[in-house]
Amino acid sequence: MIRIEGLNVRLSDFQLRDIHLAVEKNGFFALMGPTGAGKTVLLEAIAGLVPIQSGRICIGDREVTGLPPEKRGIGIVYQDHALFPHQTVWDNIRYGLHFHKVRHDDAVKRSERLIDLLQISHILKRLPVHLSGGEKQRVALARALMVAPEVLLLDEPLSALDPNFREEVRDSLKDLHKSSNTTFLMVTHDFSDALFLAERAAVINQGRIEQNGETMDVFRHPTSLFTAEFVGMKNVFPAMFEGARAVVGHLKIELSAPVEGPKRYLSVRPEDVVISRESASTNGCTPLKGEIKRVVDHGFYFSISVKTRGVIFQSLMPKSMFLDTDPRDWKEAYVHVRPSTLHMF
Amino acid sequence: MEKREPFFWLTISCGVIVMAFILLPLMDMVTAPSLSMLKETLKDRDVVRSIWLSMYTSGSAALISFVFGTPLAYLLARTHFKGKRWVESIIDLPIVIPHPVVGIAILSVAGRNHWIGQMLGDLGIRIMGSVTGIITVLTFVGLPFYINTVKAGFEGIPPRLEKVSRSLGASMSSTFFRITFPLAWRSMVIGLIMCMARAISEFGAVVIVAYHPMIAPVMIYERFEAYGLKYSQPVAVWLVLVCLCLFLALRILTLRRAREI
Repeated sequence: MIRIEGLNVRLSDFQLRDIHLAVEKNGFFALMGPTGAGKTVLLEAIAGLVPIQSGRICIGDREVTGLPPEKRGIGIVYQDHALFPHQTVWDNIRYGLHFHKVRHDDAVKRSERLIDLLQISHILKRLPVHLSGGEKQRVALARALMVAPEVLLLDEPLSALDPNFREEVRDSLKDLHKSSNTTFLMVTHDFSDALFLAERAAVINQGRIEQNGETMDVFRHPTSLFTAEFVGMKNVFPAMFEGARAVVGHLKIELSAPVEGPKRYLSVRPEDVVISRESASTNGCTPLKGEIKRVVDHGFYFSISVKTRGVIFQSLMPKSMFLDTDPRDWKEAYVHVRPSTLHMF
Repeated sequence: MEKREPFFWLTISCGVIVMAFILLPLMDMVTAPSLSMLKETLKDRDVVRSIWLSMYTSGSAALISFVFGTPLAYLLARTHFKGKRWVESIIDLPIVIPHPVVGIAILSVAGRNHWIGQMLGDLGIRIMGSVTGIITVLTFVGLPFYINTVKAGFEGIPPRLEKVSRSLGASMSSTFFRITFPLAWRSMVIGLIMCMARAISEFGAVVIVAYHPMIAPVMIYERFEAYGLKYSQPVAVWLVLVCLCLFLALRILTLRRAREI
């Protein structure tokens, strides 16, 4: 378990401000944010690798705020792997054992299990310079887990990998998490990784936590404009709310229930926006008539922008469906949005 | 065939001029004395002693630089603090100060009228006209070369390697000796070579602090003054050859290790 209370870190050109975060024991937590948001600084502050200005960091029942990195029981895996270049894979993996009292039998069992799980038995005698990106990352994971840390910090572990290796390492991460008693805290700017791996997530921006909660909830129900845009909400509109109705420009949209409390924005994820050629209502939606303004080919899917009464909705359509219907030829299109998929903040 | 631009030929011409500028006088000097003359010079005990003294004093200066310069180079490579630029500038000072000024500066603090000189005197340490004095001068002029080279070496090692090592349970000192040192030792050897090379060539400061016992550059100067160019050349050739052999051996050693890693 990790508990962070009122953490402040000031570096020469950056500041982390009043960070509060809790990660449950053996949980998998994703910390998301754009480049320069302070994700890595937060990880290094937890690991004791950058000095903090104020605040408390607890690992399990222990407060580790004043402890040196080697006494915290925290492992860290960097995006660039940081393997020791002068040591073989085997020596890299066993490096931490020099400083931990582990019985020989236990060490052998642990190394065999990790080597087997991460499929690195064939590269043990190699130097890091002769490894592929995926192999390096798996060695870095084995090295960190060899000392059975209470917490494993992962700094963008997948972002530097080729797409082929990426899925392999992502699966390995999931398996490792399931089979170990370690709390995982992963930094990423890729929300598909966060959705696949983490039960809970937080979004960080300019040194502050913007939102914190269950991963799916952060994606579906952002509480700020930044989070909404960061998690790919696409359809975010300033709106006025009148009971169970939202007014966006000249458009009136029915909601599933009256809005409680002050809200300023209406949003819907692009994958929840359905467009059709016919006006027939589906799933209780009131179709909104409009015209197609833009079609962008993303390879496996298409992004379609439909303008209806001055409001532009973005929708995603799988390639197969797009090729069947080809919306580029439509003179008019209908936008269907289920009230239950609408989100207000 | 591809037509080269005039700029290309300009670079080639300048390269040839620089190579000739460096190599011609050296080649001429090395080939000037006959083999018998070189053999004869080697029988001269004063010459052998001066070359040995040069090697010993410059080696000692390099060793002192290693002991005191390595931690400072690490500190400068890894930390940012107010006044760091000033510290770096102070380290570079011996490079820009004229050599006789270095000698005078050292004598002024090591003399009887200065409390440091008095303290050294009470401890039985003599600077003026002694091997200790020569080593002091050579350390003063060689230290910046060692520190700057090793600092660059430390900067070339990603700090993340040390951070990972700490997270795996290693203390700061264990991390230094298990990770940083094995990756930086080559730059330390190069730093030692640079420091020693600078120290072995020092003349201006040494003649002020310790004309005797004679190191090789002072011996070459004395032979030139007393007997002329012909008698100073063989000593110079031997000094150059000994230095070249030593430095080549060290470079080959470091390059071989570099390929292994």
